[in-house]
Amino acid sequence: MVKNFEFDSIVVGGGGAGLRTSIQLAGAGQSVAVISKVFPTRSHTVAAQGGIAAALANVSDDKWLWHMYDTIKGSDYLGDQDAIEYMCKNAPEAIYELEHMGMPFDRNNDGRIYQRPFGGMTKNFGESSISRTCAVADRTGHAMLHTLYQKNIELKTQFFIEWIGLDLIRDEDGDVLGLIALELQTGDLGIFHAKNTIFATGGAGRIFQASTNAFINTGDGLGMAARANISLEDMEFWQFHPTGILGAGVLVTEGVRGEGGYLINSKNERFMERYAPSAKDLASRDVVSRSIAQEVLEGRGIGANKNGVYLTLSHLGEELINEKLPGIREISIKFANVDPVKDPVPVVPTVHYMMGGIPTTLNGQVRDGVKQKEVNGFYAVGECACVSVHGANRLGSNSLLDLIVFGKAAGQHILDSSKGKKLKKLPNDVTKKTIERLKKIDTKGSLEDPRELGEELRAVMQKHCGVFRTPELLNEGLGKVVDLKQRIRNISIKDNSKVFNTARSEALELQNLIEVALATMASAKNREESRGAHSRSDYPKRDDNSWLKHSLYSPKDGSLAYRPVKMQPLSVKSFPLKERVY
Amino acid sequence: MKISIYRFNPDKDKKPYNKVYDVKRADSDTMLLDLLIKIKAMDDSLSMRMSCREGVCGSDAMNINGKNGLACVTKIDDLKKPIVIRPIPGLPVIRDLVVDMKQFFKHYDSIDPYLKNKKPPPKKERLQSPEDRKKLDGLYECIQCGACTTSCPSFWWKPDKFVGPAGLLQAYRFLVDSRDDANEERLEDLDDPDRLYRCHNIMNCADVCPKGLSPSKAIAGIKKMQMTTKKPKFKTLKKIFHVQESKK
Repeated sequence: MVKNFEFDSIVVGGGGAGLRTSIQLAGAGQSVAVISKVFPTRSHTVAAQGGIAAALANVSDDKWLWHMYDTIKGSDYLGDQDAIEYMCKNAPEAIYELEHMGMPFDRNNDGRIYQRPFGGMTKNFGESSISRTCAVADRTGHAMLHTLYQKNIELKTQFFIEWIGLDLIRDEDGDVLGLIALELQTGDLGIFHAKNTIFATGGAGRIFQASTNAFINTGDGLGMAARANISLEDMEFWQFHPTGILGAGVLVTEGVRGEGGYLINSKNERFMERYAPSAKDLASRDVVSRSIAQEVLEGRGIGANKNGVYLTLSHLGEELINEKLPGIREISIKFANVDPVKDPVPVVPTVHYMMGGIPTTLNGQVRDGVKQKEVNGFYAVGECACVSVHGANRLGSNSLLDLIVFGKAAGQHILDSSKGKKLKKLPNDVTKKTIERLKKIDTKGSLEDPRELGEELRAVMQKHCGVFRTPELLNEGLGKVVDLKQRIRNISIKDNSKVFNTARSEALELQNLIEVALATMASAKNREESRGAHSRSDYPKRDDNSWLKHSLYSPKDGSLAYRPVKMQPLSVKSFPLKERVY
Repeated sequence: MKISIYRFNPDKDKKPYNKVYDVKRADSDTMLLDLLIKIKAMDDSLSMRMSCREGVCGSDAMNINGKNGLACVTKIDDLKKPIVIRPIPGLPVIRDLVVDMKQFFKHYDSIDPYLKNKKPPPKKERLQSPEDRKKLDGLYECIQCGACTTSCPSFWWKPDKFVGPAGLLQAYRFLVDSRDDANEERLEDLDDPDRLYRCHNIMNCADVCPKGLSPSKAIAGIKKMQMTTKKPKFKTLKKIFHVQESKK
């Protein structure tokens, strides 16, 4: 059965970015639907721990310009300076809005929002560490996501829960007219015809074996965009979070180091002092992750396989740990069998965040192709989008900020620009390709098993596209992923029933993961330099003469094009290129 | 290792049944969810919800050896064998371990789970003392997994009327928030024999909460506020009084 719906706007994804966008739209009285494959508060924003950055100056003097500088330096100069200015300048207001909605921020004695130090966040252009990251203990994402959902309840936003997006609807002009989605509970298809389609579908960290990401982070938006021939930007840049629990992959917030925790190797050395003499454990994440990987390579790792390091925080004392890091204590006891009040936590760099994504303007409008033409009716916000504010490496606590600043901006742009806009006619046979794809997955026979191929894909990505990349690994890896894509075309499931068929949704997710993996491998192989999270043995240095540009991967033919980094901010002077030292 | 799992697929099955799986446990399998994922690899027709696998998203609440909990943070070693898994009770089963949570969320929506404050907000943040902020601890951390509400006999008895422990915990979260000024309205809405007073302190909720929260304590807090609020209306008591009056 196919159900038909019409809306002014549809938001695909119910995490922080999607829910902030829908607040803007529903608050202005637009007919808006949020379509989410999980109940909104199950979205992965819920797992963000440490905080959300904004130069509120609640603890010490602070300026958005300092935040902007830190973000540009953190991005290894690949972030667009106009977008970064926009985000940092609008950050304080965005935080106050969350507070007014009811977000339960921790407080200082004077009643203002509590802020903690975080990696790469400094005062006066790199002078020393600063408390800029607003926090709700170590459950900031949870508090933010629930607050945003609650605001949507107040605004009576319409939700389509447990509907998984399958394909974008694009007409002959290339305009986006909505989405085809599958209702999990019934197995029915839905055609969501809309004037504006906003993707807020989150990340894709499940292309890797060891990931802090939830099972749902399968890059569905990127898969749909790729199938609709929309280019993907900067996909070689994946953040490895320095402190995932060894073995389990579960995240331990950078807030631990912000509160005074530090890393030690098997010789009990505070090794970060060697790699980042000034910022030490609060250097940016790519730097800390590489340092850990280097310690392990040189035989100073801990654990049975000597493949991790220790994060020690017992010196902070039980009281502070219980007040500011209670979730970390809980997670460490459960997943590492360690009580951090007494013993150090074994950790290892673990895939955490996708800096790249669907290219957009500052208003969230999707830009496509070499000419970067705006796609009518199509927006992307949050982790699935690439504005680009994070460039080659995101600073911790800038991602929650990205969600709400650009979620709001996209919503506002839709309100401002879509007055009088009419629904365009849907193309004929709009569901044809999607139904063919679904039928193929249901075909019985000796076809490929999605679970096995998923495991294979994750293993390839882990081995060939990790913290340190070599030309041999990348070449061989790309071949393997191209191969896997052919095989993934032929996946089929044994269970063909309609009601809540999770085997089917997992197969569909795999078809999205492979698009992301392919874009990642191809972009990584092509970029012959080391910048931010992309580190190559054969090109160990950043090369601004040849590579100060964004990668644009074309899913149509797998080719790569490039566009220059925007060095010109909106209202202030450009921050010139500098060597990046912490 | 043997695990018995409740199975029901409305497309095929006339009746639910339990299926026993024999699964080989690896050293790296620590949590119950690890085993369930292995079983799903053997039999892709098994349906369940899961996402964060670290106890913060609230997707994988299920009834484990008779007690509600999250599969992702339940250690295999802590469980009596053979393990018996059923969907959380008291809600309609959609398929296997997946239940229909509409009723559960309807109650959540019904308590107006958002900050109400008639004064226009200041330019910056509303101030709140650390002491006032502390009152929200043990309340805001709820992950809406449904373990508490679906283990509550009062909810089983009146699922359409009793708000249930999860909803009431959130009601209390806004009642004690110094920034919220709608206490009177909130208390009046809850001053109802079914919505609030259906709770009889059975305490299953606090016993099963995977986040260590105590809805029971929060409900006691609401009842206390009903007694001490400045303009008590006591709808429940008036109803009783009214009955006595009409008998005269």
